[in-house]
Amino acid sequence: MTRSLLTPLLSILALLALWQAVAVTANSALLPPPGMVFDLLGQEILSGRLPHHLGITLARLGLSFTIALLLGTVIGIALGRHARVDRFFDSWLVIALNIPALVTIILCYVWFGLVEAAAITAVVLNKLPNVVVTLREGTRHLNRDLLEMAEVFGFGRIKTLRHVIWPQLFPFVITAARTGLALIWKIILVVELLGRSDGMGYQLHLFFQMFDVAGILAYSMAFILVVQIIEWVLLRPLDRQAQRWRR
Amino acid sequence: MAPVTHLDIDIIRKDYRRVDSSPATTPVIENLGISVASGEFVCLVGASGCGKTTLLNLVAGLDQDYTGTIRCGIKPRLGYVFQNPRLLPWRTVQENIELALPPDHDPGYVDHLFEIVGLKEARALYPERLSVGMSRRAALVRAFAVNPDLLLMDEPLVSLDPPTARRIRELIIRLWKERPHTVLFVTHDLAEAVELADRLVFLSSSPARLLADIPIETPREQRNADHLEKFRQKLRDSHPELLALM
Repeated sequence: MTRSLLTPLLSILALLALWQAVAVTANSALLPPPGMVFDLLGQEILSGRLPHHLGITLARLGLSFTIALLLGTVIGIALGRHARVDRFFDSWLVIALNIPALVTIILCYVWFGLVEAAAITAVVLNKLPNVVVTLREGTRHLNRDLLEMAEVFGFGRIKTLRHVIWPQLFPFVITAARTGLALIWKIILVVELLGRSDGMGYQLHLFFQMFDVAGILAYSMAFILVVQIIEWVLLRPLDRQAQRWRR
Repeated sequence: MAPVTHLDIDIIRKDYRRVDSSPATTPVIENLGISVASGEFVCLVGASGCGKTTLLNLVAGLDQDYTGTIRCGIKPRLGYVFQNPRLLPWRTVQENIELALPPDHDPGYVDHLFEIVGLKEARALYPERLSVGMSRRAALVRAFAVNPDLLLMDEPLVSLDPPTARRIRELIIRLWKERPHTVLFVTHDLAEAVELADRLVFLSSSPARLLADIPIETPREQRNADHLEKFRQKLRDSHPELLALM
């Protein structure tokens, strides 16, 4: 345990040391040393500004993440189970996967106005195709032997879904959630930057206008840390729980 | 006690598409008629890959793409022992059996089944922890626990070591006698079939057709190695082509 933690710890320390060295050499306001960034981070947390904006962004993240995951799961299962529907919608999916995130965001703001719903919709639309593809793959690989067994023994729809289908899809849902989290939090900052007056993206926009690199770095670090914590305390334990039957 | 059902199979043709998209088909079963009396134990004997599993799937209603009819006296409660145990790996042995149970099941009987197959200690384990033999026994418990009217078994003893296989054969007969039900038992092992069945139905290979239908009248307790040898001899005289199949 201590061994497995040692390497990542050393690696982070090395990164900080490198940053410090470059910052000292450059001696420029455009690359503040780590100490200065940490100071600012502390001030922003204590003043309540960072928690406020972080909270708003996390709320948007949670909402759009949940919608995209639920909707994508339903559509993905439907496509995975019905080959004809899948063939019909496949090209739609390919197009959706290839639309640049920025285009969706701009169109949502143009069509629905600079409102919260537009922001959420834009994030959901960006994430949705990815969830659909992952869950479609999962559904296609459902074990037919087990489905037949459930049919013969008269499990019925609910029991089959809960005990036969869901445990097989769960790893795919977790994968979609993980890649989704990474994707969504990048997109959400752009959404906020373009059309909201609060949230982390908006704050980063302000710092950018003032060329405040320390601010940008401090806010980014806080955000990266929070997303990592979500992965550690939520997604990983869920994954482990679902895999407990494995030898 | 559950009502037991007879079974009338009359399949004109069952085709398999060779590739999903191509229209070319191969007949797997052709003009096959088998009648099984209520409570009868019938072994279907044929070479591996001759369409026996397909036939069981048709009887189970898993595959409805065929011409012909399959009739039962009542809508039977099915028990099916598949070639692979088909246990849900993410549920314990106990949960696997409970999921299959009908609402009116008898919990005492399930305990009894676990006891006699020797899986009492394994109830809380996940299937990945079980040996092949244990998994097969768990699948047997599941099939018997639903108290079936019609029990389908697809080579349930294949790849088991001889002593385990013998023990399970004895169990199958014991459970069948305890609670009578109609049985279709698929095997390619003549000795196994002769030990178990009231009647042997021999099937040809692709397409499966009826080759011979031979009752065994000797009481089960008297079916020893000697009896098997005599049966083989009789078969050699009357149906020499059948032994070539085995």
